[in-house]
Amino acid sequence: MSAAAPASAPGAPPAPPPSDGDKDDRLVSVGRVRRLLMTPEVGAGSAAVLVFVGFTLVSPVFASQAGLANFLDPAATMGIMAIAVALLMIGGEFDLSTGVLTGSTALVTALAVTELNMNVWLGILLSLGFALAVGAVNGVMVHLTKLPSFIVTLGMMFVLWGLNYAVTQRLTGQVTVSGVRQYSGYDSARALFGSAVGPFQVSLVWWLLLTAVGAIVLLKSRWGNWIFALGGNSDAARAVGVPVMRVRVGLFMTTAAAAWLVGTLTVIRYGNATVTSGIGLEFYFIIAAVIGGCLLTGGAGSVIGASIGALIFGMVQQGMPLVGLPSEFFRTILGLVLLAAVLVNLWIKKRAMKVTS
Amino acid sequence: MSENPALTAPPDHATTTPVLEVRAITKSFGRVTALRDVTCAVREGEVTCVLGDNGAGKSTFIKTLSGYHAPDSGEMLIDGEPVRFSSPRDALDRGIATVYQDLAIAPLMPVWRNFFLGSEPTRLGMIRTREAKRIVVEEMAKMGISVRDPDQPIGTMSGGERQCVAIARAVYFGARVLILDEPTAALGVRQSGVVLKYVMRARERGLGVIFITHNPNHAYLVGDHFVLLKRGQTVSDMTREETTLRGLAQEMAGGAELEALEHELGRAAQTA
Ligand SMILES: Nc1ncnc2c1ncn2[C@@H]1O[C@H](COP(=O)(O)OP(=O)(O)O)[C@@H](O)[C@H]1O
Ligand SMILES: [Mg+2]
Repeated sequence: MSAAAPASAPGAPPAPPPSDGDKDDRLVSVGRVRRLLMTPEVGAGSAAVLVFVGFTLVSPVFASQAGLANFLDPAATMGIMAIAVALLMIGGEFDLSTGVLTGSTALVTALAVTELNMNVWLGILLSLGFALAVGAVNGVMVHLTKLPSFIVTLGMMFVLWGLNYAVTQRLTGQVTVSGVRQYSGYDSARALFGSAVGPFQVSLVWWLLLTAVGAIVLLKSRWGNWIFALGGNSDAARAVGVPVMRVRVGLFMTTAAAAWLVGTLTVIRYGNATVTSGIGLEFYFIIAAVIGGCLLTGGAGSVIGASIGALIFGMVQQGMPLVGLPSEFFRTILGLVLLAAVLVNLWIKKRAMKVTS
Repeated sequence: MSENPALTAPPDHATTTPVLEVRAITKSFGRVTALRDVTCAVREGEVTCVLGDNGAGKSTFIKTLSGYHAPDSGEMLIDGEPVRFSSPRDALDRGIATVYQDLAIAPLMPVWRNFFLGSEPTRLGMIRTREAKRIVVEEMAKMGISVRDPDQPIGTMSGGERQCVAIARAVYFGARVLILDEPTAALGVRQSGVVLKYVMRARERGLGVIFITHNPNHAYLVGDHFVLLKRGQTVSDMTREETTLRGLAQEMAGGAELEALEHELGRAAQTA
């Protein structure tokens, strides 16, 4: 034959499994230990240990019970958001409306309870419905228009921001809605969303619980597989039958639900809600997720890593004044941590993708 | 042809109902008519090669077959029964598996996650990870590729191996029709050979294969049946008996056009 025929002798049994001829097609085997060391959780975890040991050496109070509670408190609310934001980022999207939405959901609950004389639990449920609707609108718009989620959720952020002020002002004439504590259902709601054991807040339990649930969903469930694929290559995911729209919209609704939980934790704990609360927090959530190993391009990241990122956030925020570092530098330090994390992530990705030689 | 031991006689055309048949499929994108009245049939245990130059509409054709695009008009039949696919999932559920050219895999995801993507084996909603990894290693071994670590990102595999993962996956999930869009286009000679062997293996296992290529050599090595597309239209439809490699290459180059080109290039060479 003129063409490049398979090099099998006539009459020979057809195509024995090629066992030796394809050596250079084989995978380089990367040691399991080395691979483990390259995972984002290990990187972020080591950084967290370093930060903790560093602060404790300078100021032993940092590791006392009060010290622990002090940084675990902001870490918990940050972590709840970072988990959802990490899932969304792994799925290849952003959500800039999450920060303001934590304020909106608290306001919806507070306004529903105080203005409509509603049971606190009903107010909380109404607020959940509101949050899920916001998430669904974000998700459906991003999915159908194929616009960058950055822009769509930036729009949503400003819509909510304006509403927070306008509606609250119109209804109450003030910027803070207070007095939620006096309404029926508050005490039982407080047990779930606003209680504390010693100096430790119940938000800590929510955070740990959601870290576990988030990690299991991401790593063990088929939804997790779909989330990775959505961020890795959403056209390919659709082509093999992944319900891309459901996953994408579900992810936006998840971040919205997380914002609702944080809003609820706040409004129940303090008994009031303020129009300014939550503004600007969205970037902190993204930073925590990135410190935990999420790629900005999607397709890779970790829920546990995001929680560790939130922990680092809490430690740095509370530890700086404790060791005598001026807290005005907090954002600068955070920015540097972020840049370092991005570089480490980039390096890990390059190592992981090293093509066969 | 008899020189090629892998080629057993294809099933008798007159008596078997094609697994997949399309009749007069048309598909436009805005003002571009990517497909016009394309007709084609795929039978079990037979490799149908779709040939054509870049932009001829080959990818559009298979994306229509696989439910990725909905055709503007025309008919699709499975086992002689009319069907309409509203998504790739529909087509998959009917046994039509496609390995796309421009829709690669998610490169950072482990091999096993890519293999099972969209069809994960679960118990109580959780993926049976260990079983999934074992199956990937086994199925790839059947294709002659040893996957030492199913957790390796698939992006670290060579192009030929990735094609083989996709083919192994389709075979494993019980596809009846396997559609491959230019699986050898980006590969070297030897890796192309590996992929072509798996095409033949899928054929031996009774799958109907649609093999898209613009390489007549590759087509002639595995094909039972050749469909030529040009600017979205079928220009010829031949069985292996009706053509030769040379004939196929000529058809593809477009006989008269090739002569004109020869002429033009010859003149250009003289004037330079
Ligand atoms: N999604 C699309 N939108 C608009 N035009 C398209 C689209 N897909 C393909 N086309 C056009 O249809 C024609 C056929 O393309 P394609 O099927 O990819 O060809 P081939 O795979 O044979 O190279 C081309 O002119 C291409 O530009
Ligand atoms: Mg093509």
